[in-house]
Amino acid sequence: MKTDIILSGVGGQGILSIAAVIGEAAIHNGLYMKQAEVHGMSQRGGDVQSNLRISDKPIASDLIPLGKADLIISLEPMEALRYLPYLAKDGWIVSNSTPFINIPNYPDPESILNEINKMPHKILLDVDAIAKESGSPRTANIVMLGAASPFLGIPYEQIEAGIRDIFGRKGEAIVEMNLKALAAGRKVADQLK
Amino acid sequence: MNKHLFLGDEAIAQGALDAGLSGVYAYPGTPSTEITEYIQTSREAKENTIHTRWCTNEKTAMEAALGMSYIGKRALVCMKHVGMNVAADAFINAGMTGVNGGLIVVAADDPSMHSSQNEQDSRFYGNFAFIPMFEPSNQQEAYDMVAAGFDFSEKFRIPVLLRITTRLAHSRAGVTTTQETKSQNEISFPDNTGQFILLPANAKRRFKTLLNEQKDFTEASDNSPYNRYIDGPNKKMGIIACGIAYNYLMENYPNGCDYPVVKLSQYPLPLKMLQKLFDSCDEILVLEEGYAFVEEKIKGIVPAKTIKGKLDGTLERDGELNPDRIAKVLGLKSGSAFEMPSIVAMRPPALCQGCGHRDMYEALNNVVGTYKNARVFSDIGCYTLGALPPFRAIHSCVDMGASITMAKGASDGGLFPAIAVIGDSTFTHSGITGLLDCVNENANVTIVISDNETTAMTGGQDSAGTGKIEAICRGVGVAPEHIRVLTPLKKNMEEMERAIREEIEYNGVSVLIPRRECIQTLSRKKRQK
Repeated sequence: MKTDIILSGVGGQGILSIAAVIGEAAIHNGLYMKQAEVHGMSQRGGDVQSNLRISDKPIASDLIPLGKADLIISLEPMEALRYLPYLAKDGWIVSNSTPFINIPNYPDPESILNEINKMPHKILLDVDAIAKESGSPRTANIVMLGAASPFLGIPYEQIEAGIRDIFGRKGEAIVEMNLKALAAGRKVADQLK
Repeated sequence: MNKHLFLGDEAIAQGALDAGLSGVYAYPGTPSTEITEYIQTSREAKENTIHTRWCTNEKTAMEAALGMSYIGKRALVCMKHVGMNVAADAFINAGMTGVNGGLIVVAADDPSMHSSQNEQDSRFYGNFAFIPMFEPSNQQEAYDMVAAGFDFSEKFRIPVLLRITTRLAHSRAGVTTTQETKSQNEISFPDNTGQFILLPANAKRRFKTLLNEQKDFTEASDNSPYNRYIDGPNKKMGIIACGIAYNYLMENYPNGCDYPVVKLSQYPLPLKMLQKLFDSCDEILVLEEGYAFVEEKIKGIVPAKTIKGKLDGTLERDGELNPDRIAKVLGLKSGSAFEMPSIVAMRPPALCQGCGHRDMYEALNNVVGTYKNARVFSDIGCYTLGALPPFRAIHSCVDMGASITMAKGASDGGLFPAIAVIGDSTFTHSGITGLLDCVNENANVTIVISDNETTAMTGGQDSAGTGKIEAICRGVGVAPEHIRVLTPLKKNMEEMERAIREEIEYNGVSVLIPRRECIQTLSRKKRQK
């Protein structure tokens, strides 16, 4: 198996915590992984992305070639569109529907959602609302991960195990809260996919 | 054997810890910062008293590391590529003295200028200093090369340059580490008491030795496990792939490359290995991140050969490499299924909401706008973002410390008002000497040291001048009544503007210190509580 994922968002939204859970799950599954991150200047409210590659064979490049990403996971709808040139023909987009508006020329949010809806395979969800409903607004990232979980090529139980590893030292209540958020995201994906 | 998921930077850090490191010396700089941060928070550093404190700049770091090497211990120096310019005097002369304990200098280059003002290639520095270089192609090699580099450094009594680029520094992959941590070296002094005394008589001898050693370094490159000749059936072309470029090449050939390849990760050039490639292939393609370093060198070795690369336009000369750029050069299929919709807007980085630099710039703009010829010379840090809307407040950003000295030069030439904006960490890094120049000539400059009590752009590392800025300015000779501390907040706007105007109108050196802690470090401290 081989899954190439682009994670995108705005600096400060926390795309790297999603990457950390997937990474943990991948390593536990005995898979190879490479994950290129953005540090430095762009983290100050600019667009950020991470290239995450998982495979059962050794991976050469840290960067995903154009048109090869199986999945775009985005915490911000316009940022999902920015990486379309990397999406494979039959690839999926899983994106937050709530815009993060920190620039004066942000386009009309409706037209952003329309562009995503034109794509053949997409899941749009309001992760902040779902996170709030499931118990904690701070778990928005994990709701997103849950919605993307059917496309990762990693068994769901392994992703749960990844959450236990990453959040374990923060206590059982935090782990349970995040597992609930994961399940809430997964439910949306199962309904829409 | 232990398997870890490491950034390239972290792999280097763990490699150093496992190889008996006694001290890391560094000034923060993207993409090198995480090496030192990893060592600072490591269990090994706490248990084994390893030096990990940040240095004032790259030159002090390089020199302190050389001092540690002098007493026989293993030291690591880390910096971004432009830090090499600051450390250059010490770096080049460390090649002349050679070392006692192992000494590795890590230079993290930033092709594509993700967080930098240029994309200079540190391999030229290694070459300039006549020292061997390692350039890992992946995180595992980055880890392995630290132990190998220290051994090499001690065997040949020479500093070693470990050159990485942004993508390797900031990409994670599985790394297998050793289970045996080497203990630190005991104190020992150089056998030759003149080794570190670069008086001409000694230096002349030492330079001859260094030149003679070049053939040993070349032989080591030919025998290096990191340099490999990989044969391929199609001899029309041979490929030299340096460092991480090798991965991008192999991404395009999952079942092995059609052409013979030299994977190059240790310098000076492995001449025998390359000669074999020149002899067996019609043309040569050079894939390297940064400048055309290898390409220029081999043009001198085989001038009659067709060499493809950055100099003949096969590859663009600027920007980082990726699998697509290499696919294009090799005539392989690559491309997008979808285009980016035209409505997608640029989202440049910006100063955080609530940042003290914002209030500083607002006040400064309000005052500066009332002077026809006012120019604001700025510097390297978060506040460089003051160049972008809505502020558009600065007119220069060149190198660490250049704000003060450029303002002085402009003032010398008759500009009024000449204003400098510099951060606290950049001020102690390279601003103090410029301030002394201003004081010595009583230059008519207004210097704003925008103090957020941290090195913010690189993620909030300790700043060498915290709590000392006024004392430094007084010590350098700025009149105490013209050193004014302000609190950059909306409610103080009027007071700030008044102070800025008064100090602009004062004919001499004045220093304004708007001081408010970085909101990122502040919220991190709150979370930790």
